[in-house]
Amino acid sequence: MNETPLTRNINPEKGPTDLIAYEANGGYQAVRQSIGKVDPKEVLNTIKESNLRGRGGAGFPTGMKWSFVPDASDSGHRYLVANADEMEPGTFKDRLLMEFDPHQLVEGMILSAYTISADTGYIFIRHEYHAAIKRLREAIQTAEDNNYLGKNIQGSEFSFKLHVHVSAGRYICGEETALLNSLEGKRAIPRAKPPFPQVSGLWGRPTIVNNVETLCNIPHILANGADWFKSLGLGDDAGTKLYGASGRVNKPGCWELPIGTTGREIIEQHAGGMINGYKLRGFLPGGASTDFLIDEHLDLPMDYDSIMKAGSRMGTGTMIILDDKTCPVGMVANLEKFFARESCGFCTPCREGLPWVKELLDAIEAGEGQPGDIETLQRQAQFIGAIGNTHCAHAPGAIEPLTSGLKYFRDDFEAHIKDKKCRYTQEPGQ
Amino acid sequence: MNVAKSNLISALSEGETAEIEAEITHLPDRKSAAIDALKIVQRHRGWISDESLSAIARLLGVSNAELDGIATFYNLIYRQPVGEQVVLFCDSVSCWIMDGDKMCAAVKARLDIDYGETTADNKYTLLPVTCLGACDHAPVMMVGDTLHSDLTTDKVDEVFK
Repeated sequence: MNETPLTRNINPEKGPTDLIAYEANGGYQAVRQSIGKVDPKEVLNTIKESNLRGRGGAGFPTGMKWSFVPDASDSGHRYLVANADEMEPGTFKDRLLMEFDPHQLVEGMILSAYTISADTGYIFIRHEYHAAIKRLREAIQTAEDNNYLGKNIQGSEFSFKLHVHVSAGRYICGEETALLNSLEGKRAIPRAKPPFPQVSGLWGRPTIVNNVETLCNIPHILANGADWFKSLGLGDDAGTKLYGASGRVNKPGCWELPIGTTGREIIEQHAGGMINGYKLRGFLPGGASTDFLIDEHLDLPMDYDSIMKAGSRMGTGTMIILDDKTCPVGMVANLEKFFARESCGFCTPCREGLPWVKELLDAIEAGEGQPGDIETLQRQAQFIGAIGNTHCAHAPGAIEPLTSGLKYFRDDFEAHIKDKKCRYTQEPGQ
Repeated sequence: MNVAKSNLISALSEGETAEIEAEITHLPDRKSAAIDALKIVQRHRGWISDESLSAIARLLGVSNAELDGIATFYNLIYRQPVGEQVVLFCDSVSCWIMDGDKMCAAVKARLDIDYGETTADNKYTLLPVTCLGACDHAPVMMVGDTLHSDLTTDKVDEVFK
């Protein structure tokens, strides 16, 4: 039986884990043992040694990110922000962690804040996660009542105030600098980097933004050690990962598995395989902004480097399955409609290019595509997706399913244009 | 008393003003409460009218234009009146694969409105939304604060009966 530290307290049928149940299973042990007792530098070293990488999609080493925060040389604020703005299409993992074990995130944030000397924290959460918002607020109140949060935590010199900030929408808020602008009450326009948030973030102060799943790993690493954490992964990456599958599989869902589990195991064992009558045509490994992969990639470990080498990204690790009765052109058109709508509008290639791509794809899907449209899409993809043409990763991410879709399903694009119709007579679900 | 000024004051209730001021206390400046303030007023009134916008702008010390730029950026701040409940229909990819378009058509037919419209009885406003994070139960929609998942045409009829 695999170890499942992140989800061991989670049983949706029983409802959220309260403080008593959380503590009974070792919860807040890491806070009691570390805060005021272990040097924050030592905590940082443990996280670095653990090889924990960001679970929001980019996979940046968490310890390294934290190490960019300058030493506390003045008395100003330093911030820790949990990115709980889960909105990547096809992703439904952080919701599970927050709804059913809210104290785990709170404890992860206390320990992380201690490590980077942050005095204030925010959980930036999307408006639609009503249950998670309510349960996190309750957990914060309970943690304050028990001196896990607030002034002089567990009798130490360390104080930390944690707030829940409920967002007013827009996918771009998941981009960390856009998120910071939104927390400051502004339009969520990503900032040009440098300066990086670690040095100049929220209100110009040192700030760390981490994904919910990343933060939830911290208590377990500190309680059990870096070597234990590394032993959980199957390959080069450390720990477990919340993987998911959606689309026409028998049992869509989200499972905590050793990082490096193959796509085949996730789909065939955990998701119960494809629904009878449907075959796997391709998949997005971790959300809308990852490149399509196909069946030949199913035996690759779902870890950051293996999926990167195959030309995609593990992203959030929640796979979206394309079946053989769903039109790939229609799927790419749906994805680009989303990206075009969610562009913040600041950078020209993203604001102007994505709607153009969307229009072309809609035309092709409707049987109104023209010869040369595929080449136009490819040219647009190069211009829109080039790193450096835009401030943030929205446009490059948007282009990933387009270029890979054109690569793996080119026959379908050509057939739509040649036949002037979509040959998927059976539209999804009909 | 200046008429315009009295209108501005009356545009926010004492309760709303107190809630906004409470948010400001844990922020470094008044302006940073812009989104919180818009959400507070919207919670009380359902939407942000021009009068509400001006009153909030005045309370926070920002221009109407700047605050409107913020208000119109966010899809969950409503600058037009909405129905008693907003229906947020997920139009992202996992729901699309699982018949989302068909279910959305059923919602539109049942309510006799398109995206961006409100039913004649003012009960519902229908809007598209990005992935609601329930892709294992696609297709999904949110009506008010309630998530409805694994949608079928029968379920749509049941929700809006």
